[in-house]
Amino acid sequence: MAIPRIGVFICHCGTNIGGIVDVPQVVEYAKNLPYVVYAEANMYTCSEEGISSIKNNIKEHNLNRVVVASCTPRTHQPLFRNACADAGLNPYLFEFVNIREHCSWIHMQNRREATEKAKELVKMGVAKARWLDAQEEFKSEVYQAAMVIGGGVAGMSAALNLANQGFEVHLVEKEPELGGRLLKLNRIFTINKDPSELVESIVKAVEGHSKIRLHMPAVVKAASGYIGNFDISVDEGGKEVSFKVGVIIVATGAQVLKPELYRYGELANVLTQLDLEQRLKDGELGEVQNVVMINCVGARIPERPYCSRLCCMTAIKNAALMKEINPAAKVYVLHRDLMTYGVEFEEYYREAKEAGVRFIRYTLSNPPKVAGTKKVEAVKVYDELMDMELELPCDLLVLATPLISNDDNEELSRMLKVPIGDGGFFLEAHVKLRPVEFAMDGIYVAGSCRWPADIRESIAQGYAAASEAAIPLRQGLVKVEAITATVDPKICKGCGTCVLVCPFDAIELKESKIRGLEGKIVSEVNTALCKGCGLCAAACPNGAIQQRGFTDIQLLSMVNALSGKR
Amino acid sequence: MAKKSVLVIGGGIAGIQSSLDLANMGFQVYLVEKTPSIGGRMSQLDKTFPTNDCSMCILAPKMIEASRHPNIRLLTYSEVEEVAGGPGKVRVKIRKKARFVDEEKCTGCGVCVTKCPWKTDSEFDVGLSKRKAIYTPFAQAVPNIPVIDTEHCVYFLKGTCRACEKFCEAGAINYDQEDEIIEAEVDAIILASGFDLYDPSGLEEYGYGRIKNVITAMQYERMISASGPTEGHLERPSDGKTPKRLAFIQCVGSRDTRHKLYCSSVCCMHATKEAILANEHYPDLKAFIFYTDMRAVGKRFQEYIARAEQEYGVSYIRSRPSEITENPDNGNPIVWYEETTARTRTTMEVDMVVLCQALIPSGSTKDISDMLHLSLNNYQFVGIPDRLFHPVDTEVPGIFACGFCQAPQDIPDSVIQASAAAGRAAEFMSKED
Repeated sequence: MAIPRIGVFICHCGTNIGGIVDVPQVVEYAKNLPYVVYAEANMYTCSEEGISSIKNNIKEHNLNRVVVASCTPRTHQPLFRNACADAGLNPYLFEFVNIREHCSWIHMQNRREATEKAKELVKMGVAKARWLDAQEEFKSEVYQAAMVIGGGVAGMSAALNLANQGFEVHLVEKEPELGGRLLKLNRIFTINKDPSELVESIVKAVEGHSKIRLHMPAVVKAASGYIGNFDISVDEGGKEVSFKVGVIIVATGAQVLKPELYRYGELANVLTQLDLEQRLKDGELGEVQNVVMINCVGARIPERPYCSRLCCMTAIKNAALMKEINPAAKVYVLHRDLMTYGVEFEEYYREAKEAGVRFIRYTLSNPPKVAGTKKVEAVKVYDELMDMELELPCDLLVLATPLISNDDNEELSRMLKVPIGDGGFFLEAHVKLRPVEFAMDGIYVAGSCRWPADIRESIAQGYAAASEAAIPLRQGLVKVEAITATVDPKICKGCGTCVLVCPFDAIELKESKIRGLEGKIVSEVNTALCKGCGLCAAACPNGAIQQRGFTDIQLLSMVNALSGKR
Repeated sequence: MAKKSVLVIGGGIAGIQSSLDLANMGFQVYLVEKTPSIGGRMSQLDKTFPTNDCSMCILAPKMIEASRHPNIRLLTYSEVEEVAGGPGKVRVKIRKKARFVDEEKCTGCGVCVTKCPWKTDSEFDVGLSKRKAIYTPFAQAVPNIPVIDTEHCVYFLKGTCRACEKFCEAGAINYDQEDEIIEAEVDAIILASGFDLYDPSGLEEYGYGRIKNVITAMQYERMISASGPTEGHLERPSDGKTPKRLAFIQCVGSRDTRHKLYCSSVCCMHATKEAILANEHYPDLKAFIFYTDMRAVGKRFQEYIARAEQEYGVSYIRSRPSEITENPDNGNPIVWYEETTARTRTTMEVDMVVLCQALIPSGSTKDISDMLHLSLNNYQFVGIPDRLFHPVDTEVPGIFACGFCQAPQDIPDSVIQASAAAGRAAEFMSKED
C-alpha cells in the first residue's frame, strides 16, 4: 500500500457548523494528524467551489485519501465520492465525518466543547481513512423486462408507459379484471363522468399491447434477486408461472375502511360513500329527500391520525349529485376541515355550495350524533359558528371513510424486502425527493399503496415510477454497491450463523473450491445480493466476516484514535 | 443515430428532476433557467415539511448532479426566444444572456463580488439583504459564476469603476461580452416554470409595506434560515428585536373572491413548519396560526400538526383576520379577528406577523406558453386538457408540463410530476422511432 496522503476538507455549512464550531481551529488541528498532507476549510464543501477544490487538491497534493467533515452521508456521500472519482481517485478512498448532525447542531450551547468534539471526530475519520481500501463496484446486466404489480390506473399507466418505450412488461393483477378501485365508482370527481368508459380505453390498450403480458387473476408468490436481475414466481389461477425481470413497480392500491361508527352495518340507511356509489350505479337508490354526509369517519382520530386526501372530494361529488337528482333534497356535509386543495377542488367545493349543498363544520371533541331506532331519522350536530345544536332530518346517512392499506402489503413487503411505514402504506426512499422509489434498488412504488391518491395523482405516480424504472432498463448495466461483506474461508467454521441473520438471503453455505480448502463447508456471500448491512460481520462468532469499508482494523483504529491508543 | 433530445424549461426542483431522469435514460437535455443559478424556489427555503430536512442540503446534491451530468447542457441566465416546427422536431433558439464574466476563465473565487462597491436589494433574500452589482445569487449557486447586473453596475451606468476587472486574477471579466444565441433541435419539451409570490400589498387591510413588522412567508424563510441575512435569528424589521409572539395569517390572497379563488395548497404546511422552527430557535416564543381550513393531506402531515400543537405550543385559530393595525408605541402589529368558537370580535397584539401569501404561476409562464402555443387556465396556470387521465400532457403533442406552473403543489408532488413528464417524454420519443 502506498503511503497514505490524506486531504481533509472541513465545511462551515454557512453558520450551521461555522457558527458553532471553530472551523479554522479544526483545520489547524487536522493538519497535524498522521498522514494528513493537506487541510482546508470551505464555506460549503458541497458547492461547486468546494467540489472543484477537492478535485484540484487531489491532483496538486497527490492525495490518495480524502476526508470531508461536514453533514451527512445520507445526502452527500455520492457527491463527494463522485468528486474523488472525477479526479481519478477510487471513490471508496473517501471518508465522511459528520460534524453537523453529530456535533454542531446538537451542541449549539457549548461552542468550546463542540470544537473539541469536532476535532476528535475528524481525528477518528482520519485514522480510519489511513486504512481505507479501493473497491470495485460490481456491474450487473439489467434484464430487459419489468413487473408491475397491480392493475389499477397507477399500475396500468406504468405498464403502458414502459411497454410503449419498448420494454416487455409483466402485469400482475389479483382480481379477474383490470381497473382496480375505479371500477366500483359511479362517477369520478371533478369531471362527474362515469369512469367505466374511460377505464375501458386504458384496459383495451393494456390488453391489446404486444409488449404487455397479463397475469390475471394472479398473485406474486416469490421474488428473489437484485436490481436488473429478479426471479419472479406467480400463482396464476392455480398454475405457477416463473419469469425474470430487471425492475419491479408496486402499485397494489388500497381499500376503503368499513367503519364501526354511526351504527353502520346496523341501520339500513347508513352507507359509506362507496356503498352509495354502488347503489347509484345499480340504480337502486330511489328518491331521497334528506341526506346527511359525515366526513372523517375513522380518519384523523388518535388511532388513525392521517387524512385520506380524497374523501372530501368524494363527499362533495356525491352531495352535489344528490341535489342534481332531486333539487328539492336537503343535503348536508358535516366535515372537520374541507381538504379541497388546489384549483379544481376548490372550484368543485364552491360549485357544490352554489348548488345548495350545506356544509357544517364539527369538531372531533363534539362529533355528530345519530337518532333513530330502526333507521336513522335525524343527525344532531353542534354548529360552532351558530353555537347551537342542529337537528337535521335524515333519510340517508353517508359516511366518508378513509382509504386504508391493503392486508397483503406486509406479505409483499417481506417478499420484496421493501419497507412499510405509517398506516401500513409502503414507505418510499425519501418523502420529498424520491417519492416513487424504494430504498431497495430497482423497486418502485406508485398510487394508493404508497399513500391515498386520486386518479390524477395515481396516474402521475404510475408514469413517474415508470420513468425511474426506465433508467436502469435503458442503461442496460447497473453498478451495485461495493460496501459488502467478505468471508475469510480459512477462518470460517461453516456454522451458518451468518446465513440465519442475513435479511437479504445473500449468504449460502457451500463447499469451498479454494486450493487447500477443497471440500470444506464455508459461507459464501453473493455480492450482488449483499446490501452491506453488516449483520453477518457482527454475528460471526469466529471473526471470519469483514465488511468492506468497515473492517475491524478500520473501526478499531477509530476507537484507538479516540482513546489515545496507537 | 444522434441522441434524441429534450428541452427542459425551468431549473427548479421539477426541471432538475425531469432533466436528471431523461439524462439518466440516455437522452440529451438542454436545461434552460432564466436566473443565474438553478435551484429555484426550493433553494430559498430553510427546512422542508414534514421532516424538517434542510432544503438546500437535499437539493444541492441534485443541483451538482445536474451540472456534472454529461447528458445535460445547463443553460443558466438564459431564455427561450423562439420555437419553430414540431411536434416531434422542434427548432429552438435560446438566448444566453451576457454575464460579462467569461465562464471558461472564471474560477469562482468570488473576489470580484467582495471588491464590487455597488449594492442593491437581494432578490434571493427577498429584499432583506443587499447584494453586489456583480453577484452569484447564493453561496451554493450552480454554476458558481457571477453575473454583472448592468442596471446597478456603475461602470455600465457611468463608465467608471472596473473594480471587478482590476481584482480578477483569472482575467475573466469581459464588459464587451454579448448575448449568445444557441440553436438546438429537440424532440420533446418539458415546461417547469414554477411559481412567483403574490404581492400582498393589494390586501391593504393587512398593511404589508405600511406596517414594518408585517412580513411575507418567503421573507420569513430567509430570516429563519441559518444561511440567510440574519443567520437564522428572527429580527423584526422595525427594531431588530426578537419577536416573542408571532402570528401567521393563512390564505392571504388565496381562496379570496377579490384575489385568487384557488387554494395555494402548501401554505398550511409551510406555516406549521415555520411556527415549529420559530419555537425551536426560541423556546419561549409563542406562535399563532390563523387559518381557514387546515389542509394537511400528505404523508405525516396530520402528525406534524399535532406535534406543532403539543410539542411546540403552536395555537391554531380558525379565523380570517379582517385587519391588521399598528400599535404606534412599539410598532407591534395588532390582529383584528373574529374568534369563531367564542363568537366575539377581538384583537391580538403580536411582535411580528407573517403573511402566507398566495402563490401564482411564474411571470414567464405566459410568455413561454404563448411561444409554445399552449393555453392557460383562468388563473394563468398552464392548461392541461385531460388532467385526470393525462396529468402532465399539454394540448400540444410532445410538450409536457409539470410542477407549480400547471397547478399548486408541494415538493413531492412536483417531483412526481417531473418524473412523470420525463416518462411521458421518453414514451413520446420512442413512438417516433
